[in-house]
Amino acid sequence: MAAYVLKRILLMIPTFIGITLIGFLIMRLAPGDPAELRAAGGLAAAGGAGVAIDKRVSIDEAVAQWRRQYGLDRPLHVQYGVWLKNVVTLDFGESFKDNQPVWNKIAERLPITIKLNVLSILLVYLVAIPLGIYSATHRNTLGDQVTTLWAFVLFAVPTVWAATMALVFICGGDFWYLFPPGGLTSIDYDPAWPLWRKIKDQAWHLFLPVVLLSYGGFAGLSRYMRASMLEVLGQDYVQVARAKGLHERAVIAKHALRNSLIPVVTILASLLPALIGGSVIIETIFSIPGLGQLGYESVLARDYPTIMALYSVSAVLTLIGILISDLLLSVVDPRIAFGSRRG
Amino acid sequence: MRTDAVAGARARDAEAEKAAVPRGGLWYGVWKQFRRNRIALAGFYVVAALALVALLADFLANDKPYYLVYRNERYFPIFRSYLVSAGLAQWPAELVNVDFKKLEGAKAIFPPVPYRPSSIDLLAPLEPPSKRHWFGTDRLGRDVMAGMIHGSRISLSIGFVAVGIAVVIGVILGALAGYFGSWADIAISRLFEIMLSIPTFFLLITVAAIFRPSIFLTMAIIGLTSWVGIARFTRSEFLRIRSLDYVTAAVAIGVSNRKIMFQHILPNALAPVIVSVVLGIAGAILVESSLSFLGIGVPAELVTWGSILNEASGATFAWWLAVFPGGAIFITVLAYYLVGEGLREVLDPRLRG
Repeated sequence: MAAYVLKRILLMIPTFIGITLIGFLIMRLAPGDPAELRAAGGLAAAGGAGVAIDKRVSIDEAVAQWRRQYGLDRPLHVQYGVWLKNVVTLDFGESFKDNQPVWNKIAERLPITIKLNVLSILLVYLVAIPLGIYSATHRNTLGDQVTTLWAFVLFAVPTVWAATMALVFICGGDFWYLFPPGGLTSIDYDPAWPLWRKIKDQAWHLFLPVVLLSYGGFAGLSRYMRASMLEVLGQDYVQVARAKGLHERAVIAKHALRNSLIPVVTILASLLPALIGGSVIIETIFSIPGLGQLGYESVLARDYPTIMALYSVSAVLTLIGILISDLLLSVVDPRIAFGSRRG
Repeated sequence: MRTDAVAGARARDAEAEKAAVPRGGLWYGVWKQFRRNRIALAGFYVVAALALVALLADFLANDKPYYLVYRNERYFPIFRSYLVSAGLAQWPAELVNVDFKKLEGAKAIFPPVPYRPSSIDLLAPLEPPSKRHWFGTDRLGRDVMAGMIHGSRISLSIGFVAVGIAVVIGVILGALAGYFGSWADIAISRLFEIMLSIPTFFLLITVAAIFRPSIFLTMAIIGLTSWVGIARFTRSEFLRIRSLDYVTAAVAIGVSNRKIMFQHILPNALAPVIVSVVLGIAGAILVESSLSFLGIGVPAELVTWGSILNEASGATFAWWLAVFPGGAIFITVLAYYLVGEGLREVLDPRLRG
C-alpha cells in the first residue's frame, strides 16, 4: 500500500504543476505586473496622505527595485521555476498587504477551514446515505417521492441566498436570534471555560456555516446513493441472501450497503472543489477567519503572492481529497486492489 | 411482375420509415414526450416567462411613459429612447433630461413599474414593500423590482453565453479525444483531470478581480471553467459511436475526418450533451449570482440579483432585499433543473424501460 500511495503522490506532481502553471500565467496576463500594482497601492495610500506627486521619481525607482527583487525582469519560465522551487520549501513570498510571510497567514487559518470542510463532509454523508437508502428501499412510495422532491428543491437553493436569509431571519436581525451572526467564538469567550462550555459555544457558532456549506451536497449524494442502492438490490447475490431467509434489514445493512457505497465514495473527490468555493462565500458572510475569507480579502486587495499561495493550497487539498477517496474505495471494495485503477 | 415487387417493397420501406420517424422529426418527438412530464413542462414555462421578462424589461420597468401628451404634443418616449440610442432621432428640447413623472400638465401612461433600476431616490432609502415600491427599495432608494426585472437580462444572458463557450470548447475537445483516441485521448483526459482538481471558484474570483470588471469577462471565465462535464459526455459518446458500422462505412469511402466527426457523429452524440447544457445554464446563473454577491466581476453600478442580495447582508432588517432577488435566482435555477431532468428522462436511453 505504501508503494501505491507513493506512486499516486508522484503522479500528483504533474497535475499540480499544470494547475499552478495555469494560475501563474493568468496572474502574469493581468494588466500591470505585481511591482507596479504594489506601487499603485502605495501611491493611492500616499495620495491619501497628501504626499506630493513629485515623489513620483522615487516611486519609479522603487518599482524597478521591486521588479528585481521579485525576479520580474527574468523570462517567464525562469520566474515560474523560481516560484515552484520556493513553494517546495513552503516559501510563498511575502504578502503585498502587510509584508507578512504568506505561509504564516495560511498556517494560521488552515485548521479553521479544514475543520469546517471536514464537518461538512461528515454531515453530508451522515444525512445523504440514510436518506438514499430509505429512498431506494421505499422506492416510488410517497416517502421516496417527497425525499426526491426536497432533494431537488434544496439543490437549487443558492448558497448566497440561504446564507443571507439565515442572517436576516435567525441571526439576530429584526426577527429571531437563534444563532450568532458571525465569528467562531462568543464575545465573552474565556479560555478558562470548562471543556463542555467551549464545545457548546463552538458548536453554536459552527452549526449554521456547516449546514449551509453542506445542504447542497445532501441532494446530489442522496440521489447517487439511491441509484446505486437500487442497482445493487437488483443483483443476484441479494436475491440469494433473501432466499436463504435473511431478515431484510440484514440484507441491506450487511450485503447491499457495502457495494452500494462504491460510487458514493468516489463522489467525495468532486465535492471538494465545490466545498472550497463554498467556504469563500460562507466564511465571508459569517466572518469566519479561514482560508476562504483570506482569499476574498486578498483578491480584493490584489495581493498576488497570497492569492497564488491559496490557489495552490486548495489545489493540493483537492488532490489529497481525491487520493483519500481512492484509498477509501479500495477499503469499501476489496476487488479494487491498490494500483489497479489508473490514477 | 418484377417492377411490381420493387414498387411494393418501396412502398413498404416508405411506410416503415414513416412509422419509425415521428411526424416533424426527432425533436418534435422529444417535445411530445417532454410535454407529458407536467413538472418539467412547468419549468419550461417559467424559463420562457423569464425570457419574456428579460426581453421586455424596458416596457415593464421604466421611468419613461409609454405614451405622453405634453404641451399638446403626443410622444411615445420608450420607443423614442430606442431610436435615440440608435442615433435615428433626438429628444425634443423640452424633454431633455426631464423627470417624466414631474412634467406639469402632462398626461402619461407609465409601465407597471415606473422606475429604472438606476433611478436613485435618496429620500426613500430601504423602504419596505409598499404600493409605490412593490418589492421595496435599497440603500440608495432604487426600486428593487425594477432592478430585478432588468437583472433578469444579466442572469439569463450570462447563462446562455457562458454555456455557449463551454459547449464549443467541450464538444471540440471531447470529440477530438473520443474520435482519435491514443495520444490525443491521453493528453486531453489529463487536461480533464487538471480542470477537475482546479479550485474553480477561487480561479474565478481571482480572474474576475484582477481584470477590469465586465459582464463579458464574467461570461468568458465561467464558460472557460465549466466545459469539463460537457467534454466528458461528448468523449464517451464519440468513443461509442465511432465503432458503429456507419462510421466505418464513411471512413471506407474516404469521407474526411472533420466531416465524419461533426456531420456524422455529432448529431447522434448530442442527446446527453443537451442535458448537461441545460444544467450548465443553471450552474452559470448560480456562479454569477455568487460573484455579484461578492461584488466581483460585474461593474459596481450594474444592478443584478446577486448585488441586491448582497445589500441585505449589510442591512439585516431589510428582509425584502434578501427574499425577492434570492427567490428569483432560486426559481430560475430550479426551473432549469426541472427542464434538464425532464430532457434527461426523454433523451437518455439508459433511463428508459
